[in-house]
Amino acid sequence: MSEIKKIKNLKEFSTSADRFEGANLLCPGCAHSIIVREVLNATNDDLILSASTGCLEVCTAVYPYTSWDASWIHIGFENGSTAVAGAESMYNALKTKGRLKQPDRNPKFVSFAGDGASYDIGFQWISGCMERGHNIMHVVLDNEVYANTGGQRSSSTPIGSSATTSPSGSHSYGEKKNKKDMMSIMAAHHIPYVAQVAPNKWKDMVKKIQKGFAVDGPVFINAVSPCTTEWKFDPKDTMYLTDLSTDSLVFPLYEIIDGKELNITYRPKNVVPVEEYLAAQGRFKHLFKDQYKHMIKEWQDRVDSNWAYLQRREEAKV
Amino acid sequence: MAFDKMELKDIEVWDGNFAAAQAMRQCQIDVVAAYPITPSTPIVEGYAKFQSDNFIEGEYVMVESEHAAMSACIGAAAAGGRVATATSSQGFALMVETLYQASGMRLPIVLNVVNRALAAPLNVNGDHSDMYLGRDSGWIQFDAYCPQDAYDLNFIAFKVSEDHDVRLPAMVHQDGFMTSHTAQGVHTLTDDQGYGFVGEYKPMNDMLDFEHPVTHGVQTEEDWHFEHKARQHNDLMTKVMPKIQTAFDEFEKLSGRKYNIVEKYDTEDADVAVVCLGTSVETAREVAKEMRAKGIKAGVVGIRVIRPFPFFEIQEALKDLKSIATLDRSNPNGAPGMLFNEVAGCLFNTDTKVLLSGKVYGLGGRDLTKAHLVELFTELQANVDAGKLTTPQQQFIGVRGPKLSFL
Repeated sequence: MSEIKKIKNLKEFSTSADRFEGANLLCPGCAHSIIVREVLNATNDDLILSASTGCLEVCTAVYPYTSWDASWIHIGFENGSTAVAGAESMYNALKTKGRLKQPDRNPKFVSFAGDGASYDIGFQWISGCMERGHNIMHVVLDNEVYANTGGQRSSSTPIGSSATTSPSGSHSYGEKKNKKDMMSIMAAHHIPYVAQVAPNKWKDMVKKIQKGFAVDGPVFINAVSPCTTEWKFDPKDTMYLTDLSTDSLVFPLYEIIDGKELNITYRPKNVVPVEEYLAAQGRFKHLFKDQYKHMIKEWQDRVDSNWAYLQRREEAKV
Repeated sequence: MAFDKMELKDIEVWDGNFAAAQAMRQCQIDVVAAYPITPSTPIVEGYAKFQSDNFIEGEYVMVESEHAAMSACIGAAAAGGRVATATSSQGFALMVETLYQASGMRLPIVLNVVNRALAAPLNVNGDHSDMYLGRDSGWIQFDAYCPQDAYDLNFIAFKVSEDHDVRLPAMVHQDGFMTSHTAQGVHTLTDDQGYGFVGEYKPMNDMLDFEHPVTHGVQTEEDWHFEHKARQHNDLMTKVMPKIQTAFDEFEKLSGRKYNIVEKYDTEDADVAVVCLGTSVETAREVAKEMRAKGIKAGVVGIRVIRPFPFFEIQEALKDLKSIATLDRSNPNGAPGMLFNEVAGCLFNTDTKVLLSGKVYGLGGRDLTKAHLVELFTELQANVDAGKLTTPQQQFIGVRGPKLSFL
């Protein structure tokens, strides 16, 4: 077992050895790169990484350049989790056979994918990896939309959001279905660790990533990733949007251990009304028209109800 | 825990599936990721049993689909080790996306494809529809005619695929049921001979070399994509065949069994011949011998390496013939047929005056009988006598209803 990296403060954390370079093509204000750096900087161990097709992949490995200072692979849209699972299997095989070139290392296997590549097209591959117990971490960069291809709805797109394949209009408030509860589905695999994280709460995030690296078995991390392009907010406001997402409890921060023990890891001192979260984003602009205003109440009620549910589970230790 | 070696008799009675599984065991693969599908299932079952009985030291990952099987194989191969799997038909079709990714990333992987029809209508029996799905995927494709071939070609596939000048994945095809489930005598290699032939895996651009991180599977658009694809084609066209020939030669030295890129039977003085794949090669050889007794100088050309296509070897094999037929075991769906097209392409721009016709046969496991072939060779001789095709260029063999002929 490798030692857990000690991180004193944000300054040290943000300047520690970076294996994800600033030289990439992501949009200014994109939360993806912040999340990736927080994950990678949580450990000093060697990394074997994958990215499923999506913004992160197309913006960080355009031949002949790469933004990755660790081994990295991209195969397709749906199979990034299985790619690192294959690499992890090879690591185990070569370890058994005594053929590792650097046998004293403790590599971490991490797969990054968007919500489309995780909730939708890659769902089966991730479920397979979790069921088989590979020692990998799957991190969802959850921006609730197919951002790379221009803003089509995914099964993570929340109700009332205007996406290009579920646009708002004179007779529609946009997306009709609610976001898939991927956290519960992953926890139902009874894997050692499932957590929701947000890059603004970096201490909480690092703690969870380090917990994830420390357990033996599959880990699922859902990271909220505000998308300046598709959520439609000013690129300078990424952290403000992330604050709104966690403090309105739209993205509550919690963990589920072994699929059986839920802990809430962040309780905002001042809970922000969901209306503020919605008002800050262009994708919900139409909800403030008279004909769709009822959706704002629907949102608040649903978020309240979910928060109450999480608290009940935490209290009951289930 | 060290793994155990297996004592084999000089000749074992194995079907094609078990022969392939035994070859995989002897090659000491590091990672097999697989998913069962008829008729290749006994390969993955056989391999699983080897592992349960401590004959395998590597990892065996039973994934949730064929797409995931090849995805895991790609991740494992990029990590740096020997990798293989097996599939058939619908599973192979599901894998197609990842086939291109494996070859484009220049990863050595061996895939046993036990050929079977493609639905709809659903059919579990052997034909070559699935094989033809892989022909543009940038893989090397070997074709076995019997269980012995299925065994031997696995060793050769690893040897060629993992060569650092090649680094392209390779398929070993065998006919569903006709080869995969038909037990025959198979001459074996000892475990030491088999592993000695393929040798220890030599990694290249391996992700698990932490001192030299690598990026696999990048994006290239109009500025570089064409060069990457063209270079892959160049390597297939120029580097692979010499390596295959060397591997065949070395294998012959080891086992006494000789393989050729194109297998020619009685073609030296022949007037007529069929060009075919798989188990049909063996049936056609028998019939050709019988035709000679009847005064028809018949021969058979079997294709051993489907990709890269043996352009010059086919030209050479067919140059003195007068009338030939290609046998396609796949629905051409609006074209002359894969083998017809390839063979016609080889002969174009040469001096040959050979008459070429294409036959479609055996879909969904329908038998190709000796009687069919007697009729075919007789027809080819009639072409020779008439100095022109006496039948339509494309005909279906052994299908019910009115005779189907086109072109």
